[in-house]
Amino acid sequence: MRLSGRNLRCLRGGREVFAGLDFDAVAGEAVAIVGPNGAGKTSLLRLIADLLMPAEGTITLEGGDGEMTVAEQAHYLGHRDAMKPALTVTENLTFWADFLGGPPADPAACIAAVGLSHAAALPAGFLSAGQRRRLSIARLLTVRRPIWLLDEPTAALDLVSQRVFAGLMTDHLATGGLIIAATHGPLGIPARELRIGGEA
Amino acid sequence: MSALGALIRRDIRIAVRVGGGALIGVLFFLTVVVLMPFALGPDLALLARLGPAILWLGALLASLLTLDRLFTADHDDGSLDLILMSRTPLELACAAKALAHWLAAGVPLIVATPVLGLLLNLDGPATLAVALTLLAGTPALTFTGMIGAALAVTLQRGGLLLAVLVLPLSIPVLIFGVAASNAAILEQGALTFSTPFSILCALSLASLVIGPFAAAASLRHGLD
Repeated sequence: MRLSGRNLRCLRGGREVFAGLDFDAVAGEAVAIVGPNGAGKTSLLRLIADLLMPAEGTITLEGGDGEMTVAEQAHYLGHRDAMKPALTVTENLTFWADFLGGPPADPAACIAAVGLSHAAALPAGFLSAGQRRRLSIARLLTVRRPIWLLDEPTAALDLVSQRVFAGLMTDHLATGGLIIAATHGPLGIPARELRIGGEA
Repeated sequence: MSALGALIRRDIRIAVRVGGGALIGVLFFLTVVVLMPFALGPDLALLARLGPAILWLGALLASLLTLDRLFTADHDDGSLDLILMSRTPLELACAAKALAHWLAAGVPLIVATPVLGLLLNLDGPATLAVALTLLAGTPALTFTGMIGAALAVTLQRGGLLLAVLVLPLSIPVLIFGVAASNAAILEQGALTFSTPFSILCALSLASLVIGPFAAAASLRHGLD
């Protein structure tokens, strides 16, 4: 599987964020998008997730499911965690497993994988920033999607959780997955760097 | 279809929990109707004559009150991004969200109508007629209101804009809803109950079709 973008140009509010951007990512590989604030790391992820329209250029996926768009085969982990404060941890995760479709994994196992079992019955509104992040990461495990688009995935995670998350990413790559992550810090796994917008 | 079922269950569950807002509409409805007799005075005949119009106005405003959170809440916490990316067609997801909103916020208004009818000196058949027209008409309010909610989704304080956008679209529903109720109560020979009631049902059915497509198109266009 190979995800590639050619000659991408992105406009936000009439202002050019980047232009002439090429990238490639193949199955089993992690790509780390690095660059200074405002260089367009999040914009690039949102272009790939089909949440923004490129002003120019194309994004193509070879070897995926031809019946589905790139976005439908991707998990997007954004700044916002997509969890409802009024629902419990288990209810939030069960909803996403049901809504995203496909053969779902056991929500309890996904919660255990990110070390949140003790908080499973707690409303998500009571979780700390790091715990909410871990809950979003558990969402990536509920339903299998080959492409993971991660925006600052390690932000707010403590060292132990960063190691756990690195293990989950390694497993995903080992099963033929593909990771594109925008990051400032180290990702915790070997990753090819994609630099946009000059030196940070 | 289990994805849509999950979406409906989630939205209803959030609506009935603390801070969810399902009962805020009913409380507002109650407040408006309770205040009316104080403003109009103790003329029972006048109250009974204005009753259907007051109930309809109250239900219309109450349903607008909670509509602005229909997409904004999902936009603010990032859920909308995932709904847009999902394999479920956005039109169906919009329809499911509107249906959940109607079940959680619209049905309680209809259930409260018999109680509020007592305060307006409406007799049993009249209250039943108003409740029946609300049952047929409130889906139209929710599904046309959804278009406004989708347009105002990225605005920080879109509630007022939503009202300005949606109220003109609600006028036909209001006209035929009140007309059907009055026809049932007064039983005038010229205007029967079935004519305005059929048009009211038609408005609801048309908005069930148009609303989800318009809302989905507006959400796609408003991506940022």
